[in-house]
Amino acid sequence: MRDVVVTGLGATTPLGGDVASTWQAVLAGTSGARPLDPAWVETYQLPVTFAATLAVPAADVLPRPEIKRMDPSAQYAIVATREAWAHAGAPDVEPERLGAVVSSGIGGIWTTLEGWDTLREKGARRVLPMTVPMLMPNSPAAYVELELGARAGAHALVSACASGAEAIGYAAEMIRSGRADVVVAGGTEAAIHPMPIASFAASRTLSTRNDDPQGASRPYDTERDGFVLGEGAGIVVLESAEHAAARGATVHGRIAGIGLSSDGYHMTSPEPSGRGQIAAMRSALADAEVAASEVVHVNAHATSTVVGDLIEARSIREVLGADADHVRLSATKSMTGHLLGGAGALETIFTILALRERTAPPTINVTSPDPELVLDLVRDNPRELPHGPIAAINNSFGFGGHNVALVVTSA
Amino acid sequence: MAYSEQEILAGLAEIVSEETGLPADSVSTEKSFTDDLDIDSLSMMTIVTLAEEKFSVRIPDDEVKNLATVGDAVSYINGAQS
Repeated sequence: MRDVVVTGLGATTPLGGDVASTWQAVLAGTSGARPLDPAWVETYQLPVTFAATLAVPAADVLPRPEIKRMDPSAQYAIVATREAWAHAGAPDVEPERLGAVVSSGIGGIWTTLEGWDTLREKGARRVLPMTVPMLMPNSPAAYVELELGARAGAHALVSACASGAEAIGYAAEMIRSGRADVVVAGGTEAAIHPMPIASFAASRTLSTRNDDPQGASRPYDTERDGFVLGEGAGIVVLESAEHAAARGATVHGRIAGIGLSSDGYHMTSPEPSGRGQIAAMRSALADAEVAASEVVHVNAHATSTVVGDLIEARSIREVLGADADHVRLSATKSMTGHLLGGAGALETIFTILALRERTAPPTINVTSPDPELVLDLVRDNPRELPHGPIAAINNSFGFGGHNVALVVTSA
Repeated sequence: MAYSEQEILAGLAEIVSEETGLPADSVSTEKSFTDDLDIDSLSMMTIVTLAEEKFSVRIPDDEVKNLATVGDAVSYINGAQS
């Protein structure tokens, strides 16, 4: 089986228009939450009046024709892809050996709803022909494939909030199995629209801390009351270790283990014993041949919901046992909000950077840690990670009971 | 209200510019949609859909294949105005 290394990183997030500015904001403990358009709030009487919107709008970066023919979810993916590809040094790779795996949890919801509005208001002849190619959930993957001329396969795995991590896992498997030498992979989401906000609010999963948006995402705090909807994309360039070495590429980290499971329990509630999460983490560690004692950092899924955060914390303790005592736990959604299908990919980037920079990012807004949290949470300020070869776990869980754990190791 | 040929050209150029990224002043009457402006069939149908709305005209599918140049489209839209 071939080793999979990470040679390029790209992102556009509520904290910055690229990886460097996003990471800097993360280390500084910045919140990306902002008030929503007041007209939306008033027109639709939204119970939640804030979200973590992009720091740099895609329209400021992409030419107008690209904005017009891509759903925002694809726009964000393309912005992040261009950064990641350049960061990797634009690898010289046969098109037949290049793949693209880019996921969105929700899909082209803006395009879907705008197309429906046009149909209802103006009739069928006014619906633009690009509506379906823009709204289909594989559209971001397809645009990345077209951008790079990738011919080894383009895929869009969908597993709600685990989608971005699952995409990276699948991409790593493409390289391991020999189907591709280089795969551009990640997740994207652009669902800050009144309709999904209304639905998430109706399911009581969003924070309603409307008087304090920047304090709303507070994983593991006793006052947490739900997640903050975010948007953006994270994209990585994965490469076989041989291919990267042959071209002298800089390696930023390794995707060493992939663990997948499903709860078989409930559409939206995590299974209380955490058995699915535990299974995913255990199989990722086994796949990576990494012992619990080697894990120094976990980037938690931790969305700031009352039930979910603690189930995950207990699951991590169950998997790592006493070795969990030396793990630095970070919940970066406290700053980025929840990018849904983009989250797992962005947090994989954070995990890679944490190992590379030997720095666990902070978790903000934890003024009163939940007494049931049985782990060492990095609060307020970044904390140092050990030298030498180190490993980390990035967890991502999604509506439907999808569990994805990735084991990342240092370069 | 009928649009003049000049207004139709300006409006069409704006639509084509938005779709292709080419400067609007490069969209002149003698330009071929496919050969000069590199517009594929999907983009052409987008332009037709937007032009129908902008100029309140109907451009039947059978006519679209006859619109080789920007000038052809301007003439057709001009003639189709009620």
